[in-house]
Amino acid sequence: MRKSSEPQNEMLKGTLDMMILRTLVGGDAHGHTIAKVIERTSEDLLEVEQGSLYPALHRLEQRRWVSSYWGASENNRKAKFYRLTAEGRKQLIRETSRWRQMTRAIGLVMGEEGGAQ
Amino acid sequence: MSWMRFLRRNRYDSELQEEIDVFLAEETAENIARGMTPEKARRQARIKLGNPQSVREVLWRQNTVSMVETTARNLKYAVRTLARTPGFSLMAIIVMALGIGATSSLFTIVRSVLLRPLPFRDPGKLVMLYEHYRQNNGGDGFNAVAPGDYRDWRSQTHGFEDMAAMRGYGGILSGVHSELPEVVQSAAGSANLFPLLGVEAALGRTFTLAEDQPKGERVVLLSWSLFQRRFAGDPSIIGKQVHLDTIPTTVIGVLPSWFTYPDARIQFWLPYAQTFSESDYGIHDGHQSEVVARLKPDVSEEAATREVSALQYRVHLNYASKPVAEDVWSRPMIDDFVKGVRTQMLVLLCAVGCVLLIACLNISNLLVARSAARRKEVAIRGSLGGSRFALIREQMTESLLICAAGGGLGLLLSLGSTRWLAANWRNLPRAESVHVDAWVFTFAAALVLITGLLAGLVPAVTSTGKGLLTGLQESSRSASGSASRARLRNAMLALEIALTVMLLVSAGLLFKSFLHLRLADLGCRTDNVITMKFGLPEIQYDTSDKVVRFHDSLLERVRQLPGVRGAALVSAPPGTGPQGDRVFTIVERPAPSYSLQYDAMTLTADPQYFKVMQIPLLRGRVFTEGERLDNTHYIVVSKQFADRFLPGEDPIGKHVRSGWDTKVENYEIIGEVGDTVYDVTKPLEATMYFPILSGIPDRTSEATIVAWTSGDPLTQSMPIQRQISALEPELPVYNALTMDQILGKSTASQGFAADLVLAFAGLSLLLAAVGLYGVLSYLVTQRVSEIGIRIALGAQRKQILCLILFDGLRPALLGLILGLTTSLGATRLIRSLLYGTAPYDPSVIAAVIVTLLLIASLACIFPALRASRLNPMQALRTE
Repeated sequence: MRKSSEPQNEMLKGTLDMMILRTLVGGDAHGHTIAKVIERTSEDLLEVEQGSLYPALHRLEQRRWVSSYWGASENNRKAKFYRLTAEGRKQLIRETSRWRQMTRAIGLVMGEEGGAQ
Repeated sequence: MSWMRFLRRNRYDSELQEEIDVFLAEETAENIARGMTPEKARRQARIKLGNPQSVREVLWRQNTVSMVETTARNLKYAVRTLARTPGFSLMAIIVMALGIGATSSLFTIVRSVLLRPLPFRDPGKLVMLYEHYRQNNGGDGFNAVAPGDYRDWRSQTHGFEDMAAMRGYGGILSGVHSELPEVVQSAAGSANLFPLLGVEAALGRTFTLAEDQPKGERVVLLSWSLFQRRFAGDPSIIGKQVHLDTIPTTVIGVLPSWFTYPDARIQFWLPYAQTFSESDYGIHDGHQSEVVARLKPDVSEEAATREVSALQYRVHLNYASKPVAEDVWSRPMIDDFVKGVRTQMLVLLCAVGCVLLIACLNISNLLVARSAARRKEVAIRGSLGGSRFALIREQMTESLLICAAGGGLGLLLSLGSTRWLAANWRNLPRAESVHVDAWVFTFAAALVLITGLLAGLVPAVTSTGKGLLTGLQESSRSASGSASRARLRNAMLALEIALTVMLLVSAGLLFKSFLHLRLADLGCRTDNVITMKFGLPEIQYDTSDKVVRFHDSLLERVRQLPGVRGAALVSAPPGTGPQGDRVFTIVERPAPSYSLQYDAMTLTADPQYFKVMQIPLLRGRVFTEGERLDNTHYIVVSKQFADRFLPGEDPIGKHVRSGWDTKVENYEIIGEVGDTVYDVTKPLEATMYFPILSGIPDRTSEATIVAWTSGDPLTQSMPIQRQISALEPELPVYNALTMDQILGKSTASQGFAADLVLAFAGLSLLLAAVGLYGVLSYLVTQRVSEIGIRIALGAQRKQILCLILFDGLRPALLGLILGLTTSLGATRLIRSLLYGTAPYDPSVIAAVIVTLLLIASLACIFPALRASRLNPMQALRTE
């Protein structure tokens, strides 16, 4: 009975959470900004689907890695801002080191010198 | 998944909506900044966002507890389905309410009375000790204990931690100036009884050893209810005096309010030994006491009792010529307490259990019938990917919903009915401890669950079973497809009817024995007779002269009352329970060995008693007015007495040797009268009548005046009472009852049980009829086209009628046979509750068969008639 509205790129699922957390290190932001920042920093290689962005944000909030509040956006619209919590910061560190290990391991397998740095 | 989020899904959803709006606005603004036209900017933003609805759905599901969600959906669906057939649903709910309500009520009572431990310290270690005669003369073998035996057991055995004695007693309680006299029930307990039970006085103290002596200082312990009622709960009563049987007695304490053992009617307690004279305190052949013992932690009940029993056998050998028991039997205190009602309760519990089961089967059956109508729906859903589990769950929700609604209603019902039962159940021990508590709610909830599963499982499983395709292919014309389901339905119907038959047979038997009791022949006049009991205080009435003078003048005054056709005195009228008995020998016959000890119930009566009560004189004569005071060595015996002790002989002129007065003397038998019954549920007992005009204070000062009246006997109650107080102003009277009331009282508890079982049987009969009707009607609608074809092909309407009728009656007959067979076994359980009927009473069984067939035919005839009146054209057109 499952609908196919899950993110198409399975790889992204774990990493999206991590990237959102990473984005929030730079300061509180609302959904649109977060998506924009991720897209720009990845030189538009990654496109954040809104279909997974909002569920991800709610999921992070539910796990208390981010908190939210209503504030005014740059264009003075009422928007929901997300802020990284202390718990989220720890999680980000864990995720980042896990990510580093993973990419290194994959790099080794793929025959790149000293991993993929 | 979090509950907070689940419950606030709607808020999260609207928040998300806003977030999405913000995103669109920002994106549009950005696009405009890039130089797009506003319309294109908005379009691009929407494209980028994708389908907002699907985002919302993902989040909605993310926030949903799926189990609850589906259950809620099933519930909504079930409510809708049930609401579509309100008649069926209401019926089913009421049926379940009655079943669950009645079962919960009985469970409450059974739990409080049979299962809850007694409120004493370590109650599992308490046992009751009884004497047991190897020559068992009726009864259950547990006999009252003599004070001498108890004292020997206590001082000479070591298997029990301790043992205490008690006995029922009575008394007249009055103030120090003999004011406000009242006759009350009391009890006597040895000094160690309360410590043994672990009961402490609420106020004051319990008895000391020094008080527990025949000549000890006169003291009394008040029950809490007497303390509240008569002394307004004023603690200053402790240390003050009251009069008990006109003897000044000091109040030393008040028992706690929860102590209502062994009977809530007991108003005060006396020291055990003080209820005996010094010489009686050591006797081994006068039995009236009960003995409570506490087991030692390391000694089994069996071993401890064996030691006491061995001692008793030695006592028995020492008093070989006297009625002293050989053995001692024991049983746990709780069993002892509830022995009178246990069977009755279990029978009722089984009866309501049966009703509940029938109700379950009924609902199950109707659901099976209905689920067949939804076969196509189920098949389609199944083939569209609905899992079987989900489908079953959905259908079970329906039956659970019925049971839950019924259970809720039933619980309300049971709150009321439990109280009513406890109040109206005569002779129910521990009735005051019956109350509804959390356990009952748990029990009812469990019942709801079990009945819901039971009723729902069969229809759900069978309707979702194999062959989705066959379900889809099957058209309503192929009636053969549902053959296996029809068999299932028939089996369930047969089972339902079998249970009903069982209940009907039991109810019939109980009701017949109740009628038998109500119409029982007491052996005397029962209409227009009023009886009234009084006891002359032995302090004032200490000589025979005084007693006889009172009796004489009372009789004279009452006989002169207008409307009184005759009056007489007797120690206890028929039907008022067992009276004391006495051992004797017959001078003209060889002395009996111990094992054939002669023993007969002893009553006292005045010369006119037999005439007033219409007890027939069979041989000889009754007492004369002249036979009084010292000239009273004459007795009248009952027919049973003559048949048992002087078979084939003329009893007149024979002499009975018995210690009725202070010493053993000869009494000449002057007459033989018809038997009277002391308890309608018990066999006749041989009886000796001693003359009440002997006036011996201890033997005749307690008497009952019986008056035969011309009109309603109750209207004579006050006039007679006034005559008594004219003679002795402070003498209370009690048990002012007509003979009809006496009879009603002793049969009330049987009548109660019979009425209840009958009500349950009636209910189950109704249920079975409804079930039969419902299933058959459904069957007919299912076979409409088949019947249409038959009629079109030339079948006679009568044939159709018979066909359908037979279809319905087949399970009824099957159930009848099954039910009659099983009830042969089931009625064994109620054998001990039956009087004057056997478990295989042919008239009851015949009545049950006729009733059941009648009701079954009635339930079947309407669907059958409907089938036979079908219009074939219309029938064939309906699909």
